[in-house]
Amino acid sequence: MRDSILTRIRATTKGDSMARMNEYSAIPRLYRQRGELDSTQRVALFMERLIDYDAAVYRCSEKEISETVAQALRARAKTGLVIPSALPKAWLPTAFEFIHDENFTYEQLDQSEGVMTACAGAIALTGTLILEHTPASGRRALTLIPDYHLCVCFEHQVVETVAEAMALLSTSKGRPITTISGPSATADIEMTRVKGVHGPRFLDVILVAAAEA
Amino acid sequence: MSVRVGQAAQAPSYPDAAKDAVMNPQLRRNVKHATTVIRNKRARVVGEMPDWQQLRDAAQLIKEHTLRYLEEYLLQFEKACTLAGGTVHWARDADEANQIVADIVRSHGASEVIKVKTMTTDEIQLNPALEAAGISPIETDLADLIVQLGEDKPSHIVVPALHRNKAEIREIFLKKMKLNELGDTAEALTAAARTYLREKFLRVKLAISGANFVIAETGAVCVVESEGNGRMCVSLPEVLVSVVGIEKVIPTLRDLEVFLQLLPRSATGERMNPYNSLWTGVTPGDGPQEFHVVLLDNGRTQILADEASRETLDCIRCGACLNACPVYRQTGGHAYGSIYAGPIGAILTPQLQSMEHSQSLPYASSLCGACYEVCPVKINIPEILIHLRGKLVEGGQAPLSERAGMKAAAWALSDSRNLGIAQIFARIAQKPFEKDGVLRNLPGILAGWSSVRDLPAIPDESFREWWKKRERR
Amino acid sequence: MLISLFITCYNDTLFPDTGKAVVTVLERLGHTVEFRAEQTCCGQMHYNTGYQKEAVPMMQHFLKIFRSAETICIPSASCVAMIREYYPLLAERTGDRAVMKQVQDILPRIFEFSELLVKKLGLTDVGAYYPHAVTLHSSCHSLRSLQVGDGPARLLKSVRGLTVAELEQSDQCCGFGGTFSVKNPDVSAAMVADKSRCILNTGAEVCTALDNSCLMQIGGSLSRQRAGVRTLHLAEILASTESGDRG
Repeated sequence: MRDSILTRIRATTKGDSMARMNEYSAIPRLYRQRGELDSTQRVALFMERLIDYDAAVYRCSEKEISETVAQALRARAKTGLVIPSALPKAWLPTAFEFIHDENFTYEQLDQSEGVMTACAGAIALTGTLILEHTPASGRRALTLIPDYHLCVCFEHQVVETVAEAMALLSTSKGRPITTISGPSATADIEMTRVKGVHGPRFLDVILVAAAEA
Repeated sequence: MSVRVGQAAQAPSYPDAAKDAVMNPQLRRNVKHATTVIRNKRARVVGEMPDWQQLRDAAQLIKEHTLRYLEEYLLQFEKACTLAGGTVHWARDADEANQIVADIVRSHGASEVIKVKTMTTDEIQLNPALEAAGISPIETDLADLIVQLGEDKPSHIVVPALHRNKAEIREIFLKKMKLNELGDTAEALTAAARTYLREKFLRVKLAISGANFVIAETGAVCVVESEGNGRMCVSLPEVLVSVVGIEKVIPTLRDLEVFLQLLPRSATGERMNPYNSLWTGVTPGDGPQEFHVVLLDNGRTQILADEASRETLDCIRCGACLNACPVYRQTGGHAYGSIYAGPIGAILTPQLQSMEHSQSLPYASSLCGACYEVCPVKINIPEILIHLRGKLVEGGQAPLSERAGMKAAAWALSDSRNLGIAQIFARIAQKPFEKDGVLRNLPGILAGWSSVRDLPAIPDESFREWWKKRERR
Repeated sequence: MLISLFITCYNDTLFPDTGKAVVTVLERLGHTVEFRAEQTCCGQMHYNTGYQKEAVPMMQHFLKIFRSAETICIPSASCVAMIREYYPLLAERTGDRAVMKQVQDILPRIFEFSELLVKKLGLTDVGAYYPHAVTLHSSCHSLRSLQVGDGPARLLKSVRGLTVAELEQSDQCCGFGGTFSVKNPDVSAAMVADKSRCILNTGAEVCTALDNSCLMQIGGSLSRQRAGVRTLHLAEILASTESGDRG
């Protein structure tokens, strides 16, 4: 089956490694590779997109992360969250209960109040959060099943364009990646956009300012 | 080889199916509304992009390059995916693909599988094959769920249930989900679907998906979606099988930067769709620990062999051509008799089947070019339609009366004297049908025209006759 | 300027008045029009329907007749699109380098009628008078293949006494598509129904376009409906003056 298909393909196409690589690198890419916004504009655009998605956005400095987390949790009336194993302890306010995801069952995740993670990057133009499923973001189920996701994103992690983001991801070494651009949605019923189908229906983002040198 | 595109081989011709569709006001209204909404959204977000044309150019070049070296890229993907713990299978046709999938499911003793949207499995008719093997496939895309519970067929690439309105969907859910009560808003219906499906996402151990792109360099697989059921299906079960057409491969991860900009804006008119999932083989402690990819031919190598229409395989299934097509918007997708409908369907469906079936589809177009204008990978659909018409004529598929008529016309148009004679003849022949300068009730193939339109009578003097007289003066 | 007219087979047979109007306008502007009587057809109908082989001799006939013409005027956007987009492919099909060169040589000398006026002669006011409300249908070939842009609209706006009524969804295909209207009569009828609804909504008396093929489709539908709106090729509007009102 495999050989038969490959034989058919071979009959119609080229197949010389060197030529292939040369041809590939010669493909002109005249689309925008770099953004033009400065960091303040970039962050402002990103926030605008997040707010458009009905995400609550908080801004703070690195020292203030844990108290901002507390603020977000109070606003959502949460008593605690599930967290991935490598989330920095300094981010966790003491008045709330944080439990490490130690192979919870899906039912247990479904009953949790929510999850908090870091992120691998963000795209301002499209309002996208990028999760690379490392110990700082946890396994994919962790950010999928709970209904509330609190994501900590540093301002320096925000790039302007999709192209810049893909350049970052090229170093992810085979780990799963999930991009999140707003809550899940469908327009399948008479083209009426309904938000929150599967996946977390509530998303909060804490934008952390770059530390002054 | 049994290449199959759904049930296209048994479907009625487009003109026959269109007759009914055109007379269905609910359908026409739904189709016009849906296509207009997406078309307007698309126009807005595309208008924001100063480099839209450059993105299209790059996408076309990347796809065409990939097809020229398809063998190498597929082998590269196979190697990388296998190294990362995945298993790669190759299926020559629909039956082989279905066999592979059914065997995997059976080997786990599973009687249920959850599925995330994939037209490819519709193409090969996977669901009936699974059911025949005692396995229940559960569609998890809201529209596919509506279609499945409604025992119906999808009618659009991106919005498969656009032919259904809220009231119909409510009826279907009440009955099939065994609910006692159910609101009638889109929100209430969506919430019902969420509850119904959530139980399955958390419990079912086997999932089947397609893929929007597979990356040769890293062996990664990418699923682009809006609802979250994709994420559920590819990261919660223990076993995942992805059925992927061989044309879905792209060279590197970087190339996604082009396609992830073109696809969401073209398909749903968004700057970015809610969720993209990218995974490579198997990751310990995260998601399915057994992952299979079934690389599918099912007629694609046939298209690859035709250089004039090979770009058909560049398609990234965005559906923009359907939304732009003035023919599609009059009938919706069912009339095309294939999971692949609209302009792309008109060229893909017959070609996958080596032009043996769906022969009316290349003619289901007025060649207006709206599709080519919006195609993110710049497939010249009108040019390919004409090429396929040529293939059908050369293959002797044209009806005898048409061949005779075209031959007569070719004679008339071959030189000016013949043309003059033909014009005189036509003026005489029209007499029985002419009244007050207008022709009505024409016979034969012109009857269709005549049933809804008048035709101007052929004037007594042609331009060239007038000019000749003028010259003499 | 000496301008060679390619009338097109269907204008010659069904719409000779369009040809006469083209001659009138060009002569009014001080140019000389010639008509090479051996001309027949560009081959579009055969080519588009899948009879590409039969279109080859028609192309060769066209190339032979117009080889020496400096400027060729064609009052049909679809025929110009055929020549511009598909003659190169058809020529490649013959494998004959001489034919391929002939096609490349002739392409820069081909103009659709409105292109000739606006792009080549740089004119939008051709001294016309037509005191009616007119709406413009943008034929698919003129819009997408020729990309005439707002040329025809500007020509219309410069006609004295004429009121332009903007057409909604003017870029939607009228549903003719040549043999499409014969092979898919129901969908073609549905498409022209939408088009005629938009036209009637404008309140215009006349619908115009660059292609009589579209106007035949639209006019045929309007006439069957006894809608009281007629169709007229742009050339005939531009030919109209106070003295020779074609209304």
